Amino acid sequence: MSTVTEATVRPGEQFRVTRSRRNVAWTGAGALIVVVALALFPYYVGPGTTSVMVQAFIVLTLASMWNLLAGYAGLVSVGQQAFVGLGAYFVLIVALGGISPFAALPVAVISCAVVALPLWWLVSRLRSGYFAIATWVLAATIMLIIEKFSSIGGGTGMPLPGFTGMDPALLTAYTYWAGLIVTVLALAGIYLLLRGRLGLVLTAIRDDEVAARSSGARVGLARLLVFVVAGAGCGGAGAVLAISQLQVQPSAVFSVQWTAEMAFATIIGGLGTIEGPIIGTAVYMVLQQTLASYNAWYLIVLGLVAIVVALFARRGLWGLVDEHLNIRLFPVGFWLRTPSAGRRGARGGTRGAARR
Amino acid sequence: MDWVNAIIQGILTGGLYALFACGLSLMFGVMKVVNLAHGDLAVVAGYVAIGVITVTHVPVLWSFLIVVPVMAVLGYVLQRTVIQGALDRSVLTTLIVTFGLSVVIENGLLQFFTANSRAIGTGLGLVRGSFTLGSQIQIGYLLVVIFAVAVVVLLVLQYFLTASKYGRLIRAVADDREAAQLAGADYRHVFGIAAAVAFGTVALAGIAYGMYSQLQPTTGTDTILLFAFAAVVIGGLGSLWGTLLGGIVLGVAQQIGAQINISYEVLAGYLVFLAVLVLRPQGLTSRRAQS
Repeated sequence: MSTVTEATVRPGEQFRVTRSRRNVAWTGAGALIVVVALALFPYYVGPGTTSVMVQAFIVLTLASMWNLLAGYAGLVSVGQQAFVGLGAYFVLIVALGGISPFAALPVAVISCAVVALPLWWLVSRLRSGYFAIATWVLAATIMLIIEKFSSIGGGTGMPLPGFTGMDPALLTAYTYWAGLIVTVLALAGIYLLLRGRLGLVLTAIRDDEVAARSSGARVGLARLLVFVVAGAGCGGAGAVLAISQLQVQPSAVFSVQWTAEMAFATIIGGLGTIEGPIIGTAVYMVLQQTLASYNAWYLIVLGLVAIVVALFARRGLWGLVDEHLNIRLFPVGFWLRTPSAGRRGARGGTRGAARR
Repeated sequence: MDWVNAIIQGILTGGLYALFACGLSLMFGVMKVVNLAHGDLAVVAGYVAIGVITVTHVPVLWSFLIVVPVMAVLGYVLQRTVIQGALDRSVLTTLIVTFGLSVVIENGLLQFFTANSRAIGTGLGLVRGSFTLGSQIQIGYLLVVIFAVAVVVLLVLQYFLTASKYGRLIRAVADDREAAQLAGADYRHVFGIAAAVAFGTVALAGIAYGMYSQLQPTTGTDTILLFAFAAVVIGGLGSLWGTLLGGIVLGVAQQIGAQINISYEVLAGYLVFLAVLVLRPQGLTSRRAQS
C-alpha cells in the first residue's frame, strides 16, 4: 500500500527518485559526531553512568533487531531471549577456555548467527501468532537444555572468568566500548541492509506477499536473512550483557523480559523506522531509571504505554514527529519527485509501516 | 510397571492440557487471534477463585460457578474493546497488544500478590485422595475429575458450535465474515461471544491447575500458555478434539521424561513438540497442512 502509485507522471515530464529531501551527509556527520562523543564518555563520567549507558546499548541493540524482525519482515518473535541467552553462554564457554571475554564477543555473535539457521528451519513452519509462541517455546527449550550441562553452571549459572587482575576502571571502560561497538555495528548493519536489495524485497513482501513472490522476490530467503541477522544482533547484546554482569544465570539471560523490553521500546518509539527504537530506548531508560525503586512497575507502565501506542498511534512517537515535521534521519525509503508534484513528492519504499 | 504408571498419569494430565489449549484454539479458529495473554488470564482466574473461596466460603469445587461467568464477561468486554481494536488494525497489533497484556498481568500479579505460589483447596479429600490400580499404580481422584471435565468441556463446545444458534453464528463468521455480515450477523458481537466462551474455558483451566499444582504469576506463560500451544500444535491447528490428543501426547511425553529423570519432565514435552513440528507440522489429526 505504498503511495508511489498516486503520483501520476505525464509523458515527457522530468521526475527522479531520491532517498531523502535533505542531504543525508548531514545526518551521517551528525551520527559520527554522536558516536565519537559517546566513545569519549568513559573519560569524563563515572562508572555509574557508563553502566546505565551499557544497559541502554543492550536495549537499543535488541530493540533495533526486534524492529527489523517485526517492523520490516513481519516476524513477531517472542523468543528473542533465546539469542540473548545463547550469546551470553557462548561468551561464557569461550571464556572458560581461557580466552578473554572481549575476544569471545565476536565468536558469540557468529555462533548465534549459525545457530539461527536450524532454529529458523524449525519455527518458519508456523505463521504469525503461532510463529510467535513457537519462538517462545524454542527459547524455553534451549534454556532447559543448557541447564542440563553442569560444566557451564547448570541451573544456577556461574561467574564469568577471565577478568581477574584487571583494573576495574579499565574493565568498565572496555565493557562500555564493547557495548557501543555492538550497538553501532547493529544499527549501521540494519541501515545498510534496508537500503540495499533486502529492504526492497521486504517492502514488496509487506505490501503484497503473493505479488512479491510472483515477481521473483525470494521471500523465504529474505525472512531467513532477517532472522539470522536478528539472532546475531541479539546474541551480541547477550554477550555484552554477560560481560557487564560478570556472570551468566540461565533464568536471567533467557528471561522473556528481554523480548518484552525490546518489543515495547520499539513499539513506543515507532515500529518500522530506524529512528523508532532509538526514541523507544530513551523512553525505556527514563521509565526504568525513574521507576527503578518500584520493582516491576516499570514493565507494567511500559506494557500499558505500548498497548496504547499500538492501538492509537501505530507509528509510535517517531511516527508523530515524522507526520508533523517530515523528518527522516536515516532514510531507507524513496521519494518520488516530479516538477508538478513539487515539494510534496509522493513517498513510498522501504521505510516501514506505510500509510494505508 | 513404572512405565505403565507414567503413561496413565500422562494421559490424565493430557486432560488438563486440553483444558489449557481449547480456549487458545477456539480464539484462533474464530478470530485468528493468538492470545498471548491466554495463560496469564488463567492465572488471574485461579487467583479470583482463591479470593472468591476466601471471601464467600463457597465450597472449593463450586467456585467455578462464580469464576467462569466473571471470566466470560471479562472475555466479552476485552474482545469488544482492546482485542477488537487491535484486530481492526492488523494481526501484528493483536500480537503486540496481547503480549503487552500478558506482561502487564504477570507483573501486576507479581506486584500485588508477590511471587509466592498459591494453591486452591488443599486438604480436600477429593484433591488429595487417590485409588490404586493393581498393586503399584496410584491414580489421584483430582486428575480423573479434571480429565472428565476436559472431555465434558470439549463435548459441550462441540455441541455449542454445531447445534446452537450462537455456535452456528460463530462458525459462519469464522468461515466468511463478509457473507455472515451481509446475512445480518453482527460479527463484533459474535466475536465477543466466542471470546466469552474461550475465557470460560480459561477460567476452568486456571482453577484446575490451581487445584492440581500451584499458581505463581509466572505460571501463566511458562506453563499454561506454552503447554497449551504445544498441545494445539501437536494435535493439529484448529482441531477441537486435536487439543485433547495433543494434550495427551504432551502429558505422556512429560511423564516418560520424568520417569527417566525428574528434571527432564518439561524438556521431554517440548522435544516431542519440536519433533511434531518437524515431521508433521500440520499436527497429528489434520490430513493436510493448513497454512
